[in-house]
Amino acid sequence: MAVEATTGPEPLVARRSFRSFMSEVFGPLLQVLAFVIGSATILGLLVVLVAAALRGTRTDIDLLQGTISILPQVIVDGLVRGFLYATIALGYTMVYGVLEFINFAHGEIFMVGAFAGAFFSAALAASGMLDGLGPVLFVLAAVLLGMAVSGLLAMSIERVAYRPLRNAPRLVPLISAIGVSLVLQDVMRMIAVNSGLGFNASFKTPDLGAPIVLGQMQIAADRTIPISIDSRSLIFIIVAIMMVTGLNYLVNITKLGTAIRAVAQDRPTASLMGIDVDRVIAITFLIGGALGGAAGVLFGMRVGTVNPYIGFLPGLKAFTAAVLGGIGNITGAMVGGIVLGFLEAFVASYLSLFTRGQFSGPSYADIVAFSILILILIFRPSGLLGEVVTQKV
Amino acid sequence: MPLLELKNVHTYYGNIHALKGISLAVEQGEIVTLIGSNGAGKSTTLRTISGLLKPRQGEVLFNGQRIDTTPPHKIVELGVLQSPEGRRIFPRLTVRENLEIGAFIRSDKAAMARDMDRVFQLFPRLYERVNQRGGTLSGGEQQMLAIGRALMGRPKVLLLDEPSMGLAPVLVEQIFSIISDINAQGTTILLVEQNALMALAIAHRGYVLQTGQIVLADSAPALRTNTMVREAYLGVV
Repeated sequence: MAVEATTGPEPLVARRSFRSFMSEVFGPLLQVLAFVIGSATILGLLVVLVAAALRGTRTDIDLLQGTISILPQVIVDGLVRGFLYATIALGYTMVYGVLEFINFAHGEIFMVGAFAGAFFSAALAASGMLDGLGPVLFVLAAVLLGMAVSGLLAMSIERVAYRPLRNAPRLVPLISAIGVSLVLQDVMRMIAVNSGLGFNASFKTPDLGAPIVLGQMQIAADRTIPISIDSRSLIFIIVAIMMVTGLNYLVNITKLGTAIRAVAQDRPTASLMGIDVDRVIAITFLIGGALGGAAGVLFGMRVGTVNPYIGFLPGLKAFTAAVLGGIGNITGAMVGGIVLGFLEAFVASYLSLFTRGQFSGPSYADIVAFSILILILIFRPSGLLGEVVTQKV
Repeated sequence: MPLLELKNVHTYYGNIHALKGISLAVEQGEIVTLIGSNGAGKSTTLRTISGLLKPRQGEVLFNGQRIDTTPPHKIVELGVLQSPEGRRIFPRLTVRENLEIGAFIRSDKAAMARDMDRVFQLFPRLYERVNQRGGTLSGGEQQMLAIGRALMGRPKVLLLDEPSMGLAPVLVEQIFSIISDINAQGTTILLVEQNALMALAIAHRGYVLQTGQIVLADSAPALRTNTMVREAYLGVV
């Protein structure tokens, strides 16, 4: 390349067009939106049909009216659960993408992020500054702190517990991950109990505002009910969408993102391009950990208390969401999270209504959701968006 | 001082002794070819130079500086780039992204754009497919992309592993004439080939590898007329 083309045809410089930029940043988001609308519509229609069919069996309440009146709340609940699983699932799927390894400590990285937020809010409350900060600044600061703590933690774990085992048989780092997750639970318990925060630490927030009324819904000739969303759920959804958009930009557009994808596809060849593979892997843990930490803070903020074991179940479900969407696929993780979140929200809310309280929805939600997952995986083992990649040799 | 030099290099795959004391030198501006049959150690030699394999014994020198313990990405930064065996295109990156990743070590955006233009002038087919994923290209197109990708890093030494593999004869000639052009523009090339006839047609010098050892080293014209080379590698009886 010593000689520059000074004559000849028009330079064939291939710049990324504005259109391709938009489609790579917002395309995955549109896909997620399609699954949100799809899940809400299909499940919504399903419960309405079931309610209509069962209507005659109930004389005590109007089942159809009851079903429709809670539907908006159920959809909001589905969205929040969906984005919770989606943001955690991204950490699993990104690490799997570059290392083909399941980081089972990721649920605990989420938990530590939640505690970082709880410590932050407790420190603010102790100094009397909690209400002075204002909701926007508080959420921003807490989320950024959670991202920093969890991101750095994930990166350190990779350095200490996974990198030395990079060439060991595949089960070995998996065991290491389980060990790390137990250590994190108990170390966090020790810190929480001895710091005065307590095992069940309360996550205080400034006044985040009243529920926002989106509109009125007519459910009977003489009755309308407001459709509203509480501010914590709204914050959760907004922050999650911002993070997911940022991630799409980072992974699909930037040089670092291209390097991450190159490492995910072919590690030795990536190093032949001058990419420091170890560094890219560390950065992948940093990004995945930061997303998990942000999810932890948002989760803690919404639930109001955190304890050292809150990472286990969301972690396991987010892992399932990642597999459901097609593990290794970033858009897939988001879609898998959304689908799982909606399934759970619908089962949790409607199961007891339809069975006259014989089956309590929240306790059966996991069983139903996981059974449906098993079915999906039997018929689509590569996940909803998993692609079979044909690679010519 | 040669630009690239191997001194008594021994490389192992586990317990398998793959390179048994390879010594070779590539001077600035040359095309040097390594020929030999399957399993002779040609790709292993290139993988050792690029740092993917660490020699257990011996030295690899670039510009007189030892690089045999340098990690692969640092070797690329020095200017030693490889287009690996089997092309190794990133299947889910687009053609443009594959070329961009080839220039990963660089930050001179304007010059990168000019180099990408240059690659498209060399391989107009790639321009037609610029937004297509690498995995959807034909074998010949992938080979063009692999060479173009390595050129994007502005190599001082370009290591080419079997650029003719699996290609139609007409395409092989085209690829080899482009390799000649790249060299004429100042890039030093170490070319590994099973197609000894083509390799010796464009190379200045060559080495013949047999089971991990160099058995013959000479100028390309001399190797073309060597009886042993003719019988074993050129298919002439």
